[in-house]
Amino acid sequence: MAELLAIEGLQAGYGATEILRGIDLAVNENEIVAVLGSNGAGKSTLNRAISGVLPPWRGTIRFEGKAIERARPSAIVAQGLIHVPEGRRIFPNMTVAENLDLGCYARARARRAENRARVFGIFPRLAERQAQSAGTLSGGEQQMLAIGRGLMAEPKLLILDEPSLGLSPKLVEELFALIQRINAQGIALLLVEQNVMQSLEVARRAYVLDNGAIVLQGSAADVRDDPDLKRAYLGM
Amino acid sequence: MLSPIILVPAVLNGLLTGAVYALVALGLTLIYGVLHIINFAHGALLTCAMFAAFFAHRLLGLDPYLAALGLTPVFFCLGYGLQRFVIGPAAHGEDRNILLVTLGLAVVIENALLYAFRADTRTINLPYGFDVVEVGPAFLSVPRVIGFGVVIAVALALWLIMRFTDTGKAIRAVAREKLGAELSGIDVAHIYAVTFGLGTACLAIAACLLLPTYYVNPHAGNAFVLIAFTIVVLGGMGSVAGALLGGLIIGVVESLSGLYLGESLGQVGIFIIFILVLLFRPSGLFGERA
Repeated sequence: MAELLAIEGLQAGYGATEILRGIDLAVNENEIVAVLGSNGAGKSTLNRAISGVLPPWRGTIRFEGKAIERARPSAIVAQGLIHVPEGRRIFPNMTVAENLDLGCYARARARRAENRARVFGIFPRLAERQAQSAGTLSGGEQQMLAIGRGLMAEPKLLILDEPSLGLSPKLVEELFALIQRINAQGIALLLVEQNVMQSLEVARRAYVLDNGAIVLQGSAADVRDDPDLKRAYLGM
Repeated sequence: MLSPIILVPAVLNGLLTGAVYALVALGLTLIYGVLHIINFAHGALLTCAMFAAFFAHRLLGLDPYLAALGLTPVFFCLGYGLQRFVIGPAAHGEDRNILLVTLGLAVVIENALLYAFRADTRTINLPYGFDVVEVGPAFLSVPRVIGFGVVIAVALALWLIMRFTDTGKAIRAVAREKLGAELSGIDVAHIYAVTFGLGTACLAIAACLLLPTYYVNPHAGNAFVLIAFTIVVLGGMGSVAGALLGGLIIGVVESLSGLYLGESLGQVGIFIIFILVLLFRPSGLFGERA
């Protein structure tokens, strides 16, 4: 199976504070990979470094073989690596349809209409509300919109940062089913979650991040059964 | 109470003056709405544009309205370049740095103009400069009526750009959600520069509309920017519709307070409005509540 994303020796931080202390991580084509870890472990920093928002200090990030660690966020999006950020970051002052259209800004612009139809197929709720201002959507709908906006760019790899945050248990259930449906369309996913057990159910492989380093990795089943998981994750 | 024969012309003239104020304010509010900074170089750039229009007439014999067609893209590029290659890199991502950089730019531009052209006040003579058109009881200056029409057209064009083009949508997206825009593949540095370019292009048009009836000297732009700032606060910081309506209101207020208090005190009304807005509706007419 071909490697889609390959990260080696990644170090990054803010100011003089090092957050990521040398990360090695890979995502293969068509794979769901979970990155687990408690608050402050460095998960969001890792995502920001991958998507180019936070330029890394050292290390390499390759996407489809091409080095992207010095690329601008817009160039990374144009290559098909899409990051759906924590907190959704939708455009509240614009309609649902406009939000989706902007997902095609850097990529797949010619197939905007087809992609919109595909996203509406996955999220019929968004189709009903396309003329509504995005800021008036419920939290769950906003999460759907954020993911839908990411799908508009025809991602090869979709990074979902804490997608279940703030959703009701029923919506979380739906979300994980949806993640599998997206993956079934041939899209690889990097799922960054605090929701350990459900993430391990859908993922093929998993990494556990603690204090800016990877402390545990392997197949999802191995990670789930590893006695170190509880210790690393819950500090027990 | 004054009779309608005096009042109606005062209001109409106020609207005409207010339209040009609105155009200057439109550029200021656009830049504020997206970059979240007050562009202190706005006045100096307006002065630059007025000199450009002046010399386009003096040296090339171009009518200011014709010159606008050329100066608008030139000033768009100037604004784009300033933000992309001077203000953006010099600011290192900190808003208060941007503020200081634009203030510094204003000082540099004004003094360069003073050095090149001295403090002399210049005007141009156009055959239609003093033409008037009769509307009911009022005699309105033809150049200012044309100016009013152009401002309405520019505001409409700007609204269409913001509403329907991809670049316009990207500008609105960056204004409210920078990180989300970046992660959607929008090049934020480019959008900042485009916005700054649009704001500066508004000044080029305003300068060409002013020149047939107004003078130019190295400080000419400043008077407009102080008023434009009042309009931006009145209309709501960052609101395009607010700038347009606010500009018209301020124009009428200036004209009426000139009528009641005497011409030399005309601007008192503007600043009374400014203080009242700050006291009772600090978010402005169309501003979003904080």
